Amino acid sequence: MSRHTLSVLVEDKPGVLARVASLFSRRGFNIESLAVGPTEMPEVSRMTIVVAVESLPLEQVTKQLNKLINVLKIVELESDSAVQREIMLVKVRADASTRSSILETVNLFRAKVVDVALDAVTIEATGDHDKLAAFLRVLEPYGIKELVQSGMVALSRGGRAMTDRSLRPVDRSA
Amino acid sequence: MSSTTGTNPTESATLTGAQSLIRSLEHAGAEVVFGIPGGAILPAYDPLMDSTIVRHILVRHEQAAGHAAEGYAAATGRVGVCMATSGPGATNLVTPIADAHMDSVPMVAITGQVPSSSIGTDAFQEADIRGITMPITKHNFLVTDPAEIPRAIAEAFHLASTGRPGPVLVDISKDALQATSSFTWPDHVDLPGYHPVTRPHAKQVREAARLIAESRRPVLYVGGGVIRANASPALLRLAQMTGLPVVTTLMARGAFPDTHPQHLGMPGMHGTVAAVGALQKSDLIIALGARFDDRVTGRLDTFAPDAKIIHVDIDPAEISKNRFADVPIVGDVGEFLTELVTVIDEDRAQGRQGDYEGWWATLDNWRQTYPLGYDLPADGSLSPQLVIERLGAIVGPEAVYAAGVGQHQMWAAQFIEYDNPRTWLNSGGLGTMGYAVPAAMGAKVGLPETTVWAVDGDGCFQMTNQELATCSINDIPIKVALINNSSLGMVRQWQTLFYNERYSQTDLHSHRFPDFVKLAEAYGCYGLQCDSPDQVDLTIEKAMSIDDAPVVVDFVVHKDAMVWPMVAAGTSNDDILVAREMAPSWDRED
Repeated sequence: MSRHTLSVLVEDKPGVLARVASLFSRRGFNIESLAVGPTEMPEVSRMTIVVAVESLPLEQVTKQLNKLINVLKIVELESDSAVQREIMLVKVRADASTRSSILETVNLFRAKVVDVALDAVTIEATGDHDKLAAFLRVLEPYGIKELVQSGMVALSRGGRAMTDRSLRPVDRSA
Repeated sequence: MSSTTGTNPTESATLTGAQSLIRSLEHAGAEVVFGIPGGAILPAYDPLMDSTIVRHILVRHEQAAGHAAEGYAAATGRVGVCMATSGPGATNLVTPIADAHMDSVPMVAITGQVPSSSIGTDAFQEADIRGITMPITKHNFLVTDPAEIPRAIAEAFHLASTGRPGPVLVDISKDALQATSSFTWPDHVDLPGYHPVTRPHAKQVREAARLIAESRRPVLYVGGGVIRANASPALLRLAQMTGLPVVTTLMARGAFPDTHPQHLGMPGMHGTVAAVGALQKSDLIIALGARFDDRVTGRLDTFAPDAKIIHVDIDPAEISKNRFADVPIVGDVGEFLTELVTVIDEDRAQGRQGDYEGWWATLDNWRQTYPLGYDLPADGSLSPQLVIERLGAIVGPEAVYAAGVGQHQMWAAQFIEYDNPRTWLNSGGLGTMGYAVPAAMGAKVGLPETTVWAVDGDGCFQMTNQELATCSINDIPIKVALINNSSLGMVRQWQTLFYNERYSQTDLHSHRFPDFVKLAEAYGCYGLQCDSPDQVDLTIEKAMSIDDAPVVVDFVVHKDAMVWPMVAAGTSNDDILVAREMAPSWDRED
């Protein structure tokens, strides 16, 4: 199975998230990550969905998504031609003896400390999936007390926007 | 505002949401609504009483309202409408909505919802019907603002009837029905995410024509989409011009005349050997509005191993869903067939045309060696197949037949000859027992001049026969051929074949209870009974002579009859049996 990132423009209508989420579950596809938020256009939201499937089932799930009346447009963002970011907040055990080495790690990963307590620091980090995973591996030996991570958001590289052309759906002929 | 009748397209009046709803239904072209009132939908029933355009038929169970709307839609091609109150009224619609979704039936379901201030509080008769029906509708709406009712209804009818048809639910809160707002019927619908492709790609049409000319063993695999798209005349032209063999699926019976010599019958689990073989041994399957259902393909990885696939469907998600399409074509199947005929016509003018002579020799051999048939019971009791065959022969191909689900459905698909689209109604995808009586009722309402027969089983009939009251009271004289084998026949057949004849919970004892003749009479219908072969024709003729009330004929039939041929579930089409432990020989040359 390979990971695919779908960027989905939807009408900002009640229930649209439920429609998308239940479609994935009904058709037997597992959402790895999901992020929803507003776009530059009022009444249009953008969902970034990461799903682990082979290419044929991916085509099927894309077509099924396209059938949802509130779905306006779907683009698959390839990882080498898109900027992909997740944000993570992680609370790491830190006392006087480990704090400085943790801070060094934080700097190496261009993360930042957003809260400090006597026995812990809370770190904010952004990056793509692999960078955050690597960062976590380095932090693990210190002791991770708590962790929260956002879904991935992504935009294609270059000057063109997914919303450039009028919001006609992508060519649906198979 | 005393009345909602008399529609003026330019109006912008102040109406209650309920008045707005009824006026919207009038604008949308609804002539009949099947439903039952209740608390939350009650405001809508008040202005409905005054409408001279929309007729309401009060049914006895909401499930029947849904199936009646389906039957109306399937028989007429127009959008069927059903209405129910919140909570249990709405959940009783779930089965017909799921049924309409599986079989692509254009239907609009309107439900009342508890007042918007109570939504989410587990109020009396509250159910989240929008959430419940999300996976079984083409789209659905929850409306809490009276001003949005006309737009929601306009969009619902547009969505239900265009592209791949399907059910759309509009849930309206009681306060939205009671509050007032200005009414304006939208002159167009604005659905930026909905653009069904109807025009097939010209290059793909040419590619299809090329493959058809080059193939040696082609077959037209005709599905229910051909009927929904009104594409039967175009299909007939293509078939006549090319000489291609045709199979029609359970959903497509009537899409192509059974009397046509190129018709090989129905493929699938209970299809003819010729139709199953035509797909299985084909080198080119032209799938038209069909979806490679598991009941047609049998074990998918052994289905038609040598065939290339041209797959035409208005729903892109059907293409390559189950079987990879070599030539995918998204579009209206009628437009495709018309364009294909033009292209093939040009090709033939230049001498390019297919040669299927050898293929026809094989197909004719299968057809002659393995015709559909049945054995008469040795004890002289009534054969269900005989009843159904005689029914079709006497009633003829102009009537509409609505079946339930099970053995009688398969026999009605096999032994009645259909020559016209929209004359065969059944629950194909969902397999909903109880479909026949209410669907026949809906069809009869839509086509009052047409004879409508429900071919039902005794199991199915006992799920929805309360609608005989609706039929009697509202002058809807349907006819019911009850194929009464006193059991859940298809389940019993599987127990015979796969469970060592252990008949667990399939004996309904309906040769004893109920007395179907008395039951029919209690509902104001004529009740007839027939249990001997020599009375079959007379009984059917007698039923045909009655037109002032519904008729129920209790055909007391032999319970051991089985549906053959059969491709057992999960097995390959190669392993079709024409009778118990009897496989056809595909390669016999004689």
